Formats: sequence, C-alpha cells, structure tokens
Amino acid sequence: MIAPQPVALTVNGAKVRRFVEPRLSLADFLRQDLGLTAVHLGCEIGACGACIVNLDGRPVHACLMLAVQADGMHVETVEGLSDSGAIAALQAAFHARNALQCGFCTPGILVVALAFLKDCRAGGAVPSRGAIRDALSGNYCRCTGYEAIVDAIQGVAEAACAAEAAA
Amino acid sequence: MKARAFDYRRVASVAEALDAYAGCPGEARYLAGGQSLLPALNLRLDAPDLLIDIGRIDALRGIAVEGGALRIGALTRHAETLASDLIATHAPMLTEAAAYMAHPAIRNLGTMGGSLALADPASELPACMRALGAYIEITGPAGIRSVAADAFFRDLFETAIAPGEILSAVRVPLGRPNTRMRFDEIARRRGDYAMVGLAAHLVLAGDAVETARLAFCSVGPTPVRAPAAEAALAGRPLEPESIAAAKAALAGDLDPDDDDTLSAAARKHLAGVLLGRVLSGLGDGRLTAEAA
Repeated sequence: MIAPQPVALTVNGAKVRRFVEPRLSLADFLRQDLGLTAVHLGCEIGACGACIVNLDGRPVHACLMLAVQADGMHVETVEGLSDSGAIAALQAAFHARNALQCGFCTPGILVVALAFLKDCRAGGAVPSRGAIRDALSGNYCRCTGYEAIVDAIQGVAEAACAAEAAA
Repeated sequence: MKARAFDYRRVASVAEALDAYAGCPGEARYLAGGQSLLPALNLRLDAPDLLIDIGRIDALRGIAVEGGALRIGALTRHAETLASDLIATHAPMLTEAAAYMAHPAIRNLGTMGGSLALADPASELPACMRALGAYIEITGPAGIRSVAADAFFRDLFETAIAPGEILSAVRVPLGRPNTRMRFDEIARRRGDYAMVGLAAHLVLAGDAVETARLAFCSVGPTPVRAPAAEAALAGRPLEPESIAAAKAALAGDLDPDDDDTLSAAARKHLAGVLLGRVLSGLGDGRLTAEAA
C-alpha cells in the first residue's frame, strides 16, 4: 500500500491542503477533490488540450502533471479565470461568434488563448490568423471547426489593440 | 486511462536522486518535465514502482557560456530554449527546433534533458545535438562523464545513459564566426511528428564549405548523420551544383523503413527536398528556391 502524500497549493487564489495518492493527476485532483469540473479530461496523454490550466501563470496539461508535483504552486482553472473576469472578453467573443458547440474543448482553449493574447500584447501587435492557429495547435475541437474560434480570438486581440491606441 | 500506482519522492540534489534510485528495490524512473513519461504511465506502457522527481534540482537548471561552450542545463524547458538570447546567439538551430516541438503547453513543462534522454527518433533535439557536435553530460554514482552526441544515441529509445544515471546538461561548442546552421522539418500539421527533419551545421572557409554536419530526424531508429551528403559539400562553394550533388549523395545515406503513414521512398524524397531547401537558405542569398 502506497501512503498518500501531503500537497499544499493555491488554486484560484485559495490555499488548499490535501493528502493525495502519488499517481493522482493534477486534473483528477482538481475535478474530484476540489470539484473544479471545468477541467475536462479527453485523452489523458496531452494530445487534446481540454484539461489545460494555468500553472504559475503558464498553460500546462493538468493530465500530464501529478497533484504532488504541483506542491507550492499556483493553479488557475476556468472557474477562477471566470470569477476574476480575466477571460470575460474571450467568453463574450466566443458567445457572440458561436465559437463553441458542445463546449468540451472550450476551457482549454480559453486558458491557451488568454496566455497567447497576453504574449501578443507584450509584443505589441495583433496576431495573424496563422499565429492564432499555431497557438491552438494543441487544442482539439471536434464540433465547430476552428474558423469561429480563430475569429473570436482575433476579435478580442483587435479590440484590445484599438482600446490601447485610443487610450 | 489512469497510471498504475507508484510511490513518489521529490529530491533536492542530484546526489539524493542517485541515492533514491540505488535504494529502490523495484523499478524507478526519474521524473523531470513529465511530458513523455506521464503519457506512458497513463497508457500503462510503463509502470514503475517509484518516481524520483528531479524537477526542482537547481543544479540542473541554467543556460550559460563557459569554457568555450554553451552549457544548457537538463531542466531547461522548451519554452525557455525558445526564449533564450544565449541560445539564439550561439545555437540558433535550437531556437528554430523548439518552435516545432509539440505545442505551447507541452513546451512549458517539457525539458531539454528529458527529450534527449528519451531519444525519440522523431524528436528534433537529438538531431540538433548531432549536427552541433554537442556533448551530453551524464551524472552517475561514479561522477560526471561527457559523451559526444554522435556516440550518445545508440538505438530506438536507447542512449549511452546507464540505469540510474542522470542526464545533467548538454555542452554545445561555440561556433566560429563563419558558422551557419538551421533546423527545419516537414510535418503534416503544426506540432505533429515530423515526416522528416534536418539539423544542418556548416563551417565556411571563404566561399567554400569547410565542414558540413547534417543530422536527420524521423528517418531511422536514431537521429541519422548523412556522411555522403556532407562529403559532397566539403571543399565546394554552396551553389546549385554542390547542393544537387549533396541531394544525390543523400540517397545512399538514408535507409528509412516503410510505415503505415509514409513509404520509405516518399520519406527519402522529402529528405532530399528538405536538404535542398535548407542548404539554399544557408547560402549567401543569391540562391533561389529553384536552385534547390
């Protein structure tokens, strides 16, 4: 019998302490122990991108990380990013452009898009559609195709750029 | 699927990691970025008894120029490789290769050492190490040893690392001013496995190529050097004739197998196309794509 191990991390701004089985993935920990079911599990091998969350501010696959590995780190899921308003513009653009159908891939895409747009703003340019597709290359959508998703992300980038120019 | 149960131990030093490995009565694996190990565990292709987490060992981090070489710590994330000014200055083919490696989220955790230690023949970094003439630093109970990249990749997923040893860093010799290098690949989709990839490293003497090191990925069980194509370039200027000669010679260098997605003939053809493309791009700008 393998003993559970202590893990202490910050999830969506709240400190969390638990004992976990070493083999428990961060994704299963977030879903089962904390009830954060916006973390979707598709492939569990890092191919589909549905489980992507922010770890210390950068997107990672929660299925390719153990809960014990995240000890001392900061995790943000779509629940936290939604509550804080960080993804409000993306959510509105996805809604307006019909950029989701079943919604299974959407949380991972929102986390990736948020980090991508942050990098683009640091670079000071509106990204090309090709660059957006590159950024989303690790996220599978099996319903809508990617056209509307790229439209929505591009729209948010253009609006942010215009707002900065006007300011 | 879920991984089979295993024990987990996080270590703070290489010495502690080696001790943990030696003290494990069953099968132990070192865990760094985990971007290849955890899929293998989740698929139950591998089921060790103990994971030794070396991901927070500071001594395995860092990118620095020292002793005539660029030293890249094993725990360097692919995203750090992509962003590093030192790497872009001294080994820009690694910057180019990192952009092809998997997807952004994988690059945020996956590491240089992990990729090399796994030695996936489709992976970009092993081919780069052979083309760069890099040395792989391996730490074990007896101390640190250094293995030339040409001797490091032994067979499919097999390297010079002995059980229990840790890949701790790579050292890339600093290039002379007249060095030109490039990584490029042909894949069906961005982030997908390359059908063929090429790491090319040329040292020029005046107009002529003095030495060429060409290493291909995805054409065999290890990254493959192309000695005949290299010889066809040596001593000649980089021009349409020498590039055509290198492409012709390449046919004798590569012996890929047919697989479910691509015939050996198609793969060899693509390798030639890629070689022409990369070499013409490494010229002085007068070569056109048609020359390739």
